[in-house]
Formats: sequence, C-alpha cells, structure tokens
Amino acid sequence: MTTQKQDTPLVLAGKTYQSRLIVGSGKYTDFDQNLQALEASGAEMITVAIRRVNLGQNKGEPNLLDVISPEKYTILPNTAGCYNAADAVRTCRMARELLDGHSLVKLEVLGDQKTLYPNVTETLVAAQELVADGFDVMVYTSDDPLIAKRLEEIGCIAVMPLGAPIGSGLGIRNPYNIRMILENAQVPIIVDAGVGTASDATVAMELGCDGVLMNTAIAEAGDPIRMANAMRLAVESGREAWLAGRMPRKLYASASSPIDGTFF
Amino acid sequence: MKVTINGDERELPDGSTLVALLELLDMTRGRVAVEINQEIIPRSQHKQHLLHDGDKIEIVHAIGGG
Repeated sequence: MTTQKQDTPLVLAGKTYQSRLIVGSGKYTDFDQNLQALEASGAEMITVAIRRVNLGQNKGEPNLLDVISPEKYTILPNTAGCYNAADAVRTCRMARELLDGHSLVKLEVLGDQKTLYPNVTETLVAAQELVADGFDVMVYTSDDPLIAKRLEEIGCIAVMPLGAPIGSGLGIRNPYNIRMILENAQVPIIVDAGVGTASDATVAMELGCDGVLMNTAIAEAGDPIRMANAMRLAVESGREAWLAGRMPRKLYASASSPIDGTFF
Repeated sequence: MKVTINGDERELPDGSTLVALLELLDMTRGRVAVEINQEIIPRSQHKQHLLHDGDKIEIVHAIGGG
C-alpha cells in the first residue's frame, strides 16, 4: 500500500485554517440566512464590505459584526467598489480602524462596471502601498501568471485569481492559466470569483489551488444553506482528489476486469 | 457650525466633540470607524476630538459583501 500524502494546512497571516473555503457575506436575504450558510460551509473566514452608515435609518438594528463574530471567524474586509488605488488604500485603513488594528484585507480594484474585471495596474500600486503600511494583503486579480507572480513579489500573502467574472457563475474558464500560476507560486493561490456550483469549486481544488473564495454561488442558490454544505464537500473532495493524484488521461479504453480466466 | 456627515450637511453646536456627535446619532454602541477630512480618528480619541466648521466626516461600518 502506498503511503498517504500528508496535507499541509492552509496558513494565512500566521493563522492556520482547517477549511479551504472562504465565503462572502453579500446578497443574502438576512443576517440569519448568512450565518446559517456560513456555519454549513464550514468556512472560518468571511469577507465583508466597508460602507457608510445610514444616518437616522435603522437605528438600533443589529450590525453584521454583531451577528458574525470577529472572535469566532476571521473577518476579511474587502475593497469592493473601489476603482482606483487611492480609494482601495483608504478603505483598507478604515477597515483596520473598524476592526481594532486587524491587518488582513482583501484588495480588489475594479476596472469596469460591466465585467468587474480587476484593474491590474491600480491593483499593483495599491498592493505596494498596503504592504508598505503593514497590511496582510490577499489580492484579487486576473488569471495572468506574470501579474500573479509580481503581486507575490510585492509581498501579498495570497494571490486570488478569478475563475470567471465576479458573480457570473461561469466556473474556471482557464484552468491552464491557474495551473501556470500555481506552478510558480510561493504563496497560497485562492480562486476568487467565477464559481457557480459545487463542481466548479472541486475543479479549482483539483488543480491544486490552496482554497476557493465565493459569495454569489452560495447566496443566490435556490437553497443557500444546502449549497453552502455542498461547497464544503466540494472543496474537501477536490483537495482529496488533488492529494490522491488523478489517473492519466488516455484516448482509448482500458478494461477494468482481467482478460485472463474468461471461459468463453 | 456646519459639518458634512456621510455626504449630508448638518448643523452642530460649536465645540461639539466627535463622541457627542456619535451619541447624537446613536452610534456609540455599534462598531464604526470615523474619518474626518480623510484622516482616521482612532476610537481612543473620539472623546477628546473637537469638530470644526466645514469638517467632512465619514462614518463607516461593515456590511455584507463578497
């Protein structure tokens, strides 16, 4: 019997995670559904957005961070909605103040409202500034292997290429690019965006990714809590399959039952 | 004095502190971060920080996002 390949845990900014699934907190019906989906997903890290407080409205309403406890879950503030480096850096600094000095952030600088494709040049500028300011930057980017490497060299602690546009649910459209990114990476590579259903998450993990980040695939599923559970299983399955090592692809058949001993 | 809070103009008594404003807005219990004229005012300084006429105040919190 061959010895089992030992998995190495996912470590981000010095913290070890049992789950390789990171979930978002957008697009849910309410906080309760969000929390239930989070629990079903097994994720230990959840993204949040930073926005203006609504003045005079919903006074005394519970805050997201009252429902999803920063003591229990790692909160990953994002810079969603930022279209330039300056806004992204400013948002991260507000997030750090909001979360009492917490330095882990998800940097995303968008380039265009229709595609929500990353603005890579502004992302590079923001990443440099944030790393210099002591942030632990997990960066959303395109699936360009050279840019992924550059972001790693800048000092980002994880590089998160898209599988497909944000919220599109189109799956991993260019697995070969993800493979190239993985081959060169010294930091965790986490597919962020594009996952539509469980098999997409499995594909990402079978490629050897260190994790998957998703929001819409769970929040906009018919039953988000059930889909969260499916995603937990999918990420675990994909990781196991990657550790196991898949059989080689062959053009022609190869019988599973022996030819020897046939009696006809 | 006039200040702008999250894009809305408001009249405040002269000499108001940041914490007085947060009390007025019923925001002292929740988790918020405050920036005045693009400079973050750490929570530890909310009590003593004096507001000035023309201040542009941003008060943010965490909401759902991906």
